[in-house]
Amino acid sequence: MDAFSQQVFAGIATGSIYASVALALVMIYQTTHHVNFAQGEMAMFSTFIAWTMIQAGLPYWWAFAATVAISFVLGAAIELLIMRRLKNSPVLAWVVVSIGLLVVFHSLAGWIFDYNIKSFPSPFPSVAGFGVTYLSAHDLGAIGVTFVMLALLFVFFRFTPLGLAMRACAQNPVSSRLVGIRVGWILALGWGLAGALGAIGGMMVAPVVYLDPHMMSGVLIYAFAAALLGGIDSPLGAVLGGFIVGVLENLIGTYAIGTELKLSVALVLIVAVLTVRPSGLLGKVHVVRV
Amino acid sequence: MASDYESVAAVILPAGSSVAAKAPSSLRSRAALAALLIAACALPFVLQNYHIFQATMVLVYAVALLGLNLLTGYNGQISLGHGAFYAIGAYAAAILMDRFGVPYWLSVPAAGACCLAVGFLFGLPALKLEGLYLALATFALGMALPQLLKYKHLEAWTGGVGGLVLTKPEAPFALPLDPDQWLYLFVLAVTVLMFVVARNLLHGSVGRAMIAIRDQAMAAETMGINNALCKSLTFGVSAMYTGVAGALGAIVVQFVAPESFTIFLSITLLVGVVVGGLASIPGALYGAVFIQFIPNIAEKISKAAPWAIYGVILIALMFVMPTGVAGAIRAVRARFA
Amino acid sequence: MAVLLEVKDLHAVYGLTRVINGVSFALEDGAITALLGANGAGKTTTLRALCAMVKTRGSISLAGQRIDAKSTEDIVRMGVAHVPDGRGTFVNLTTEENLRLGAYTRRDRTGVAADLERIYDYFPRLKERRRQQAGTLSGGEQQMLAISRALMLRPRLLLLDEPSFGLAPLVVLEIFRIMRRINETDRVSILLVEQNAALALDLADTAYLLETGAVVLSGTADEIRRNDGVRQAYLGC
Repeated sequence: MDAFSQQVFAGIATGSIYASVALALVMIYQTTHHVNFAQGEMAMFSTFIAWTMIQAGLPYWWAFAATVAISFVLGAAIELLIMRRLKNSPVLAWVVVSIGLLVVFHSLAGWIFDYNIKSFPSPFPSVAGFGVTYLSAHDLGAIGVTFVMLALLFVFFRFTPLGLAMRACAQNPVSSRLVGIRVGWILALGWGLAGALGAIGGMMVAPVVYLDPHMMSGVLIYAFAAALLGGIDSPLGAVLGGFIVGVLENLIGTYAIGTELKLSVALVLIVAVLTVRPSGLLGKVHVVRV
Repeated sequence: MASDYESVAAVILPAGSSVAAKAPSSLRSRAALAALLIAACALPFVLQNYHIFQATMVLVYAVALLGLNLLTGYNGQISLGHGAFYAIGAYAAAILMDRFGVPYWLSVPAAGACCLAVGFLFGLPALKLEGLYLALATFALGMALPQLLKYKHLEAWTGGVGGLVLTKPEAPFALPLDPDQWLYLFVLAVTVLMFVVARNLLHGSVGRAMIAIRDQAMAAETMGINNALCKSLTFGVSAMYTGVAGALGAIVVQFVAPESFTIFLSITLLVGVVVGGLASIPGALYGAVFIQFIPNIAEKISKAAPWAIYGVILIALMFVMPTGVAGAIRAVRARFA
Repeated sequence: MAVLLEVKDLHAVYGLTRVINGVSFALEDGAITALLGANGAGKTTTLRALCAMVKTRGSISLAGQRIDAKSTEDIVRMGVAHVPDGRGTFVNLTTEENLRLGAYTRRDRTGVAADLERIYDYFPRLKERRRQQAGTLSGGEQQMLAISRALMLRPRLLLLDEPSFGLAPLVVLEIFRIMRRINETDRVSILLVEQNAALALDLADTAYLLETGAVVLSGTADEIRRNDGVRQAYLGC
């Protein structure tokens, strides 16, 4: 297994993390046409909640499930209590509140759980099996989890009435009400799902990068880049984008400019995508007849 | 002309936000401004050294906020990465002073020119980005810059993680002033100059073009405004202002290091603009006072508190007082007019 | 014939402007009723008021049940389908997805599938474009789509806001022909808001004339058509 392929596989592994967070971003975007800048910090906060439960002795998968449920409720609550009141506000208000949430979650995590780095367990066995040596079991597991989430989401959006309703709400809340969709519940559902997805992403990344309040800040940027690259309204695109960004990051880091400028790479990628093809690789190019 | 923008803006903007920079027309407000200026000049002779430092930083932040406000308040382009321009201005000045021996008073306009160029260049691809996407891109910029500043291949210039240390300038011509006092007056002069330039800019056709683009971009284009050029220029000028502030800040603090210019600086600037009031020149001053003094107070409560408080304030403001302090003052004035 | 919808002394405001000023009317079950009037008379607002999309005062009853305090989503579930002005198409979804959304509140899957086929019978053009992004349909096709989406609800009452707006005359005739067919075959009551009085009076059984938020004239379509004032102001003859 030569070094290049190794880097590619390592990139795919980290890419799966970006994909999870990107999925959460796409979820919120699909529901509300807004981006949640606090997504990363919420995911980090959820991971701390999981950590607390595991420290208290709860078996991993119980803590996992409970955290996903709590994160769902937390996300829905934020929509119901805060974002709902911004329905008719300009974009700037949304952005500002979203940033405000970022800051609040970050500080709360630091205050409640302190800034010391903690280790977070992985649910996957220490050896990958299948004779795979270039990816750890955790990497494989994380990739698997990402694909499962993606599959579930895809089925949800494409084939269920509720998923269709969510897409409808994002585009046209007024028409949605006119076909009987309870828009308020749909929005809460979207935020709840995003919270859950982010939590899963956080719990997958924590064993690798260790848990502290700064864990997700870099990941968020990559997730943005991934979501944009894949198409901000396409779950499949988010996953594809995640893997591409992961691999690119690794390859460029190893072979070109070194690992310290990774965020700059993400930045260039974001600007490039937004300039050249804002709908991303798989997003629908939306045609509007004037 | 102005009334067309106003009627359009009245539909789009939340009630109370300023449509055009209002000229202080009455004699009373000119007198008030003069009094303010005299008080500002007298300040360094009345305060202790540390307080002079704080007052100087308020002025520095005011210039930075004015820059961000030009872009976001008057031109409607959201930037979550203005800390990056502050950093570029700071480092430009520091490198010129430290590595090339350029005198401090020359490094400030040089840093401004540098940021003008960088801002304009960033503004060009950013043209295509609306609201949310621009916020995203600038957020990435704000996060990426500290890494760039720490980059080992640039260390010869930037001083890497340790940054650069600068010396405090002495008063020129052997004036009988403390370095702190002199620095304050120097910064005050630059600040007044920047505010005057901004006011003239906003009152002229450029300012009206900026506001027109913010309120109704398509209509602005059909009226003959070159949207692309105007938006990029606004980005450049906005970056220049914040860069000048960064340069001044570097001189005042006598130190630049990557850790001072994280995304939280960009967020702080955003808080300042929102608290002070969008599309308001005096708002820059109110916001500057806020971001200079509130952290000190909050830190006495708890270490994590400043940011939690900022966050809660940001959220609360959007519901309670979206037009900031300036907007509230305007509303009160209107009530009692 | 039974009364399906009864509106008594309806008032509605947009901000500080009083748009509807004490409007009263009644729709018969199975009939087509037209709401006429010039721009700004309050016709669209009346339809919106029926669906609780604006704040109102006054009484609205559907089949004897008060609905003025209910939410839009609940009113829809009672069988009221509203085709808004501007059509309200979900432009980024496909034609078929738009249609399925019309049936969102229904539980009978076989009924929905059957209705979908019937819609495609009425509007073969929609069937051709079923997987196409709805925003790329022409104006006339989007109007057909909007009406079809409403029909997918199997509504008791269909509210149509300016269906002829921006459409070529031939397309409008086709749409109005189909509306008559729907009314006769499926027994759907229709409340039609139209600026084009001639067309509306051709289709409708009864009509109400609104001026600045109040009903100034009412009667059968024939009566209204022969009224001199209406002929001069709205029919141009």
